[in-house]
Amino acid sequence: MSANPKLAVWKLASCDGCQLTLLDCEDELLALSGKVEITHFLEASSAAGPGPYDLSLVEGSVTTVADAERIRHIRAVSRRLVTIGACATAGGIQALRNFADVEEFRAAVYARPDYIDTLATSTPVSAHVPVDFELRGCPIDRRQLLEVISAHLAGRKPGISRHSVCFECKRRGTVCVTVAHGTPCLGPVTHAGCGAICPAYGRGCYGCFGPSASTNLPALIPRLRTNGLDDRDVVRLLRTFNAYAPDFAEASTALERDEGSTP
Amino acid sequence: MTHRGSRVLHVGSLSRVEGEGSLHLRVDDGRVAEARLQIYEPPRFFEAFLRGRGYTEPPDITARVCGICPVAYQMSACAAVEDACGITVDGQLAELRRLLYCGEWIESQTLHIHLLHAPDFLGRVSAIDLARTHRAEVERGLRLKQTGNALMELLGGRAIHPVNVRVGGFHRVPTRAELRPLYERLKRALDDAWATVRWVSGFDFPDAHCDEDFLALAEPGRYAIAAGTPTVLPGGGGPQRSFPVSDFSEHVVERQVPHSTALQSELDGRRHLTGSLARYAINHRLLSPSAYQAAAEAGLDSVCRNPFRSIIVRAVEVVYAIDEAMRIIDAYEPPPHPSVAVPPRAGTGHGATEAPRGLLYHRYTLDADGTVTDARLVPPTAQNQATIEEDLRRLVQAAMDDGDPGDTELTALCERAIRNHDPCISCSTHFLDLTVERT
Repeated sequence: MSANPKLAVWKLASCDGCQLTLLDCEDELLALSGKVEITHFLEASSAAGPGPYDLSLVEGSVTTVADAERIRHIRAVSRRLVTIGACATAGGIQALRNFADVEEFRAAVYARPDYIDTLATSTPVSAHVPVDFELRGCPIDRRQLLEVISAHLAGRKPGISRHSVCFECKRRGTVCVTVAHGTPCLGPVTHAGCGAICPAYGRGCYGCFGPSASTNLPALIPRLRTNGLDDRDVVRLLRTFNAYAPDFAEASTALERDEGSTP
Repeated sequence: MTHRGSRVLHVGSLSRVEGEGSLHLRVDDGRVAEARLQIYEPPRFFEAFLRGRGYTEPPDITARVCGICPVAYQMSACAAVEDACGITVDGQLAELRRLLYCGEWIESQTLHIHLLHAPDFLGRVSAIDLARTHRAEVERGLRLKQTGNALMELLGGRAIHPVNVRVGGFHRVPTRAELRPLYERLKRALDDAWATVRWVSGFDFPDAHCDEDFLALAEPGRYAIAAGTPTVLPGGGGPQRSFPVSDFSEHVVERQVPHSTALQSELDGRRHLTGSLARYAINHRLLSPSAYQAAAEAGLDSVCRNPFRSIIVRAVEVVYAIDEAMRIIDAYEPPPHPSVAVPPRAGTGHGATEAPRGLLYHRYTLDADGTVTDARLVPPTAQNQATIEEDLRRLVQAAMDDGDPGDTELTALCERAIRNHDPCISCSTHFLDLTVERT
C-alpha cells in the first residue's frame, strides 16, 4: 500500500476556481500524484477514499448550516487544514450579504425564497474551526499552491511573503501606476502573491488577495480620492472578493458611516 | 435483491463535475417515476449584490460565478453593459476578445475531455488513474490545456479570473511580437487537437438520443463564440428560427423547483439543450476547413443528438478554436487604443455569448450615472437542467427495460449521463449526489 501522504480537496460556497488551480498545474500534476495520494477530490475523481487525511485543502466559505457542520467534520478528519482562496479565507464575494439584508437578497433572486436554505452571513473557515494556513487570492496563485503542498511534504513552513503588492511591482520592474499615471491602486494595502499582474497591465490593483500584514488605509484613502475616486467608489473597491476581511470591512464601514454613502 | 419492482436510488456527491450536486431517482413498478438533479451548491446571490454596483464592475464580479469559465462571464457582462450604453466594440478589439475566448474554449473543453469525461469511456475513476494506462493521451491533454491557459495568461493576465478585460475592451493590448510565439505554439497544438479527435472518436458509445430543441448563437460567416443571435433548431424537425438577444427573457423562461438552488428554464414552453451539441448542429457549416474535416473523419453527421458523442464535438471545437486563434493572431494589427470610451446612460442592455458549456445570457439595467439597478444571469446549466433530468429518465428506463441493473451500475450510468452535458454546477449554483428510491 502507498505510504504517501493523503491529500483531500473540499469545496464549500465558491466558484471552483481555486481547486481548478490544482488541475492547472499541468507540468506538475502527474509528478505530484506520485508523491501524494489524492484521496478526495470530487472535481477530478469519482473515487473518494476514506479519511483521515494528512492535508486538507478547503475552498469556499460557510453559508449554510450544513456547511458549518461539514467544516467541523473536515477539521476532525484532517491532520492539517489549509484554506485556499478568498472565499475560505475571508468569506468571498458572497460575503457582501454581510453588509445587507439576506432576506431581501433571497427574495430578489428567487421566486420561492422558502426553498432556499442559507445563513445570514458568509464567513471564513477560521470563524468555525482552527486553520493551519490560509492561502490568499481570488483565485490563488499556482506557484504558491505548489509551495504550500511542497512545504507540507517537507514538514516545513510555507515560504509565503506577507508584504504588499508594491514589493512585487518593484521586483517586476513595473512603473508605479499611481505615481506615473494617477491610477487608483490598492497595491499598497494588498497582500502579495499574484505577482502584481494588474499594474503590469496598466490597471490599478483591485485587492483580490485581500489585506496585507500591515495596512495603512487611513493614509491610502485620501490618495485614492486625489486620484479621482469618490467615497462611494472607494467603498465599492474595498467591497469585492475580500470585503469581509477585517481591515477592508472596517475601512469601508467607517467610510459608509461618515459619508452616508452606499456601495 | 429484485430491482424490477420499485426502488429509490440516491447518489450523494457527484464527481468529475464542476460544482456540487446529487441525483435522486424513484422507480415505481419498473417505471422511472422521477429523476431529479439536486443542485445543493449554496446560493451566492450575485443578482442581488450586483444592484448598487458601478456599471464597470460586472465583468470582474461575475467572473467569480465560475472559475471554469470566467471569460464567458466577462464577455457576456461586457456585451450587456455596452448594449445598455449604446456602444459597439468591433474591429481588432472584438477580434482580441474572440481570441481570449478561444483560449477558454481550448482550456475548458480539453479539461472536460481528458480530466472529466474520458475516464468514463475507459473505465477509470480519474485522469490520474487514466494516466496509469493512457499516460501519453493524458499528457497530450494537459499540454493542450496549457496552450489554452497560455493564451488566457497573455491576453488576460491570468487564466482564472483574468484581470485585463474591461467594459469597452482591455486595459492593455498585446503587440504583434508578443502574440507571435503563441502562434507557433498553437501550430504545434493543432496536431495534439487532431490526435484527440481521433482518440475520442474511437471510444465505445452507448446508444442514446435526445430530441430536445437545440439553442445556440449563430453569427454570419463564422462559428459563434463571443456574439450572435439566439437560434433554435427544433427537436421534432422543422426550420430553424431565431430571436433578438433583447427578447431572450420572453423565450427562455426560468422557474424555480424545490430540489435545486439553480433556477430551471424552458424555451418557448419546451425543454431545450444548449452547449456543444446545439452549437455544432447550428454552426457546423462555418467550421474551419481543418475542423470540418476532423468532424467528417470522426464520423459526425451534421446533427449529433447522442449526448455520449458530445466528447467528439468538444474535440472538434478545440481544433476549431486553435485554427481560429491562429487566424486572429496572423491578421492582428494592434488597435490605436486598448479600449473605447463607454459613457454611462440609463437603460437596459442584453448580452449573450457561447460559454464552452452553452449560451450564457446577462441583462443589466443602469441608471443615468451607471449604477446597476437590476441584474439577470442565465447560465447554460440552468437551461440544461430539465433536459439532463429527462436524459437520465430515458437512459435509466432503457437500462431497466434491457435488464436488471444494480444500484452501482445505475449510479455509474447516471453520473456518465450527467457528465455528457459538462454541467457547471458552480454556475447554476452546484450538482450531483444520486439517490435511487426503490420502494
